Amino acid sequence: MSALADLLQQVRDAAAKKRALNVFGGNSKQHLGREPSGDPVDMSTFSGIVDYQPSELVVTVRAGTTIAVLQNALAEENQVLACEPPEFDGEATVGGTLACNLSGPSRPWQGSIRDHVLGVRIINGKAEHLRFGGQVMKNVAGYDVSRLMAGAMGTLGILTEVTLKVTPKPEATMTVCRPVGATDALRAMNELSRMPLPINGACWCDDNLYVRLAGPTSVITAAAGQIEGSPLSDDRGFWSGLREMSLPFFAATEDLSCISLRSTHDHFMPEANWLLDWRGARRWLVADYDRDALERLVMDAGGEVWRTRGEGNDAGEVFPYRSEAYKSMLSSLKQALDPAGIFNPGRLYSWM
Amino acid sequence: MARTWKTLSFRAGSGWQNSRSLVESIFVDHVNPVGASNKAKPESLAAMFREIVDEHYVVSDDESKRPYECDGLSVYKQLPGLVVMPSSTEQVRQIMRLCHKHKVPVVARGAGTGLSGGALPDADGVLLSLTRFSKILEIDPDAGLARVQPGVTNLAISEASAPYGLFYAPDPSSQIACSIGGNVAENAGGVHCLKYGLTVHNVVQLTVVTVEGEVITVGCEGMASAGPDLLALMIGSEGMLGIVTEVTVRLLPEPPHCRVVLASFAELEHAGDAVTAVIAEGIVPAGFEMMDSHAIRAAEDYVGAGYDTDAAALLLCELDGTEEEVRHGIEQVTAVFRRHSAGSIRVSQNEAERLLFWKGRKSAFPAVGRISPDYYCMDGTIPRRSLSRVLTDIARLSSEYGLRVANVFHAGDGNMHPLILFDESKPGELEKAEAFGAAILRLCVAAGGCITGEHGVGVEKLEQMLDQFSDAELAQLNAIKDALDPDALLNPGKGVPTLKRCQEYRSA
Repeated sequence: MSALADLLQQVRDAAAKKRALNVFGGNSKQHLGREPSGDPVDMSTFSGIVDYQPSELVVTVRAGTTIAVLQNALAEENQVLACEPPEFDGEATVGGTLACNLSGPSRPWQGSIRDHVLGVRIINGKAEHLRFGGQVMKNVAGYDVSRLMAGAMGTLGILTEVTLKVTPKPEATMTVCRPVGATDALRAMNELSRMPLPINGACWCDDNLYVRLAGPTSVITAAAGQIEGSPLSDDRGFWSGLREMSLPFFAATEDLSCISLRSTHDHFMPEANWLLDWRGARRWLVADYDRDALERLVMDAGGEVWRTRGEGNDAGEVFPYRSEAYKSMLSSLKQALDPAGIFNPGRLYSWM
Repeated sequence: MARTWKTLSFRAGSGWQNSRSLVESIFVDHVNPVGASNKAKPESLAAMFREIVDEHYVVSDDESKRPYECDGLSVYKQLPGLVVMPSSTEQVRQIMRLCHKHKVPVVARGAGTGLSGGALPDADGVLLSLTRFSKILEIDPDAGLARVQPGVTNLAISEASAPYGLFYAPDPSSQIACSIGGNVAENAGGVHCLKYGLTVHNVVQLTVVTVEGEVITVGCEGMASAGPDLLALMIGSEGMLGIVTEVTVRLLPEPPHCRVVLASFAELEHAGDAVTAVIAEGIVPAGFEMMDSHAIRAAEDYVGAGYDTDAAALLLCELDGTEEEVRHGIEQVTAVFRRHSAGSIRVSQNEAERLLFWKGRKSAFPAVGRISPDYYCMDGTIPRRSLSRVLTDIARLSSEYGLRVANVFHAGDGNMHPLILFDESKPGELEKAEAFGAAILRLCVAAGGCITGEHGVGVEKLEQMLDQFSDAELAQLNAIKDALDPDALLNPGKGVPTLKRCQEYRSA
């Protein structure tokens, strides 16, 4: 029997017995979400590039293919997955990355992994192997199930195949760096983002502002002249450290929270240890603090906060608070795609 | 307008005058949940709506309802039961609660420019006109965000952002009139989505009123929102999963330089291959359009853009960015065009010339309207590499059906808009045009593409959904609809064919 047939049988059995399945890829993102439970479904063996058409800027891979393998294959054709998701020691898979909707520092300019998805194949809770989306850039037939999977943490189905839009690799990159405080850095990142410059990263870390440019050498050299600061020698090292969460900032032992907020929102809790990425729209916080108080503060500002290390809140949740109407919508969708409730139950929220 | 057909009379319950059984039966299908018991309701409902909005914003007489009987696809017409025009989220919430309680269908409508009948009213339902939601609520130029109401036109967002040096990227050809709410409903594209993406890539947050009348926010201004992407689910859902009452869009810096390369080709295949080659070269044009000989001649006769009327195909390739980026791009594109046997190659020397080059392309639809009594616009999408092959197949079908076809399309992203030319006054020609259109969409699906790139399914392409999806996939889409709208009150009979109809169609 083929691996796919085995997988379908496993889902069928689990649905009949209502037994939870713990679906994972490279197991590199255990630090995200709530504790997994259920019979293991290891998707990392479900790997390989199915179809790659460089001239179409489209690649289709099995979900267990690692990001590292994919990026290497793309590099041979001088292309990249432009949202530069973390590779986590070569273990992060395409399916896991989409399930967690993880994107790297280029996200405000290049889009998220969800923005790069053109289509998926999934196994739903009825053990049906379904295809949504496709291999073309534009497709508005039916609901956007492909992108609905982004961030679902495997709770709505098992991703078996993902088709992604890829991008020509920029000829060169260059980073301009200068020492500056958080408030001034936020202002600078937002003002620079208003200018038509080939920016591909803007981050404040350890009292320094880093702005990355990407494009043809002549273009980024001209652009660098408009940005205050000096060139950073280890350009790649800094951004890969940020992407892989391996910068010293992330090594602190306190709780680590990720905040998604309008980039122009004022810097707050200045005494805490912060890293400001995505031009200020993604803010990492290392601190032990009253989680519920922080969540209220961020919610009032229209943002979201989730923990990536440490305990959840009083209700045991690590992801943002949701209203009853929102919860009801998510629960109904879960029911529609996974009627027996077998896929990664409780991984995202205790009630889903 | 996608179809310039003369009116076909169409009344729910009495059926079609021609033979589109599927669409007819789906329509009858969804009218019935309301049923005979609700037939007397419109007036008493109207009274209840008048408690929520001012009385002149509840329209019940036929004459005043007439302007709402169709959208941009005017072959489908239906007078709504009532037209209600709210202007706040709170009013929509109350209206939805009422409709939910009384099981009244609700069809949301923006500017009515849609090309797939997505805003076709329901005879026993409420047509929720959102044009009074016309305020730009906030522009935060530093964050690159605009928070607007759904009735604001697409172009108005860019105009309001222009003083800050910013613009809203998706630019459907109806952008002067179409509303952002409608763009969200159909996941609208445009000429520039090759580089800047579709609506789904440029909207960060929505306020949605659910069928039960609950208000939720999906997405996040911070560019990341935990959990399944409900924002993406709502975008392109054709008003079938919720009513959007506020939209936050991403604004981008206006590129300081913009130039167009205009090239003509003696062979369609050469032009098709040139498109693939430009993209393969690693160039990302801001827009990349193609026209075939019918379209070229019609456009040239109409606006005199200076196109080569002897050419079999014409490519327009726009590059934008810094001066250096644009110069670099133009060198690369012209080199590729030369390698692919382009005849003449012209580069716009100033803004006036750039706009002139575009003028022919932008007026291609009305121009084609001048050379044919009627035309039917398709919206299939294919992988770029299949461009030449599919064009050849379309030409073959054209002679088989005995109908001319003019091809105008977003070549860069493989989104074709073949315009089938016909004369509705000739008996049988309308049906022939429809059959030809369906055949083109089957070609697209067979080539690995899809039945609609940016116009949506609406009522128009329900049958073609069966070419695109398996029964299990359609069942899954229906289950999603059912999860969010169990009584099928939101824009019923659109987007996804019901399972019953699928079975009948497949066994037919």
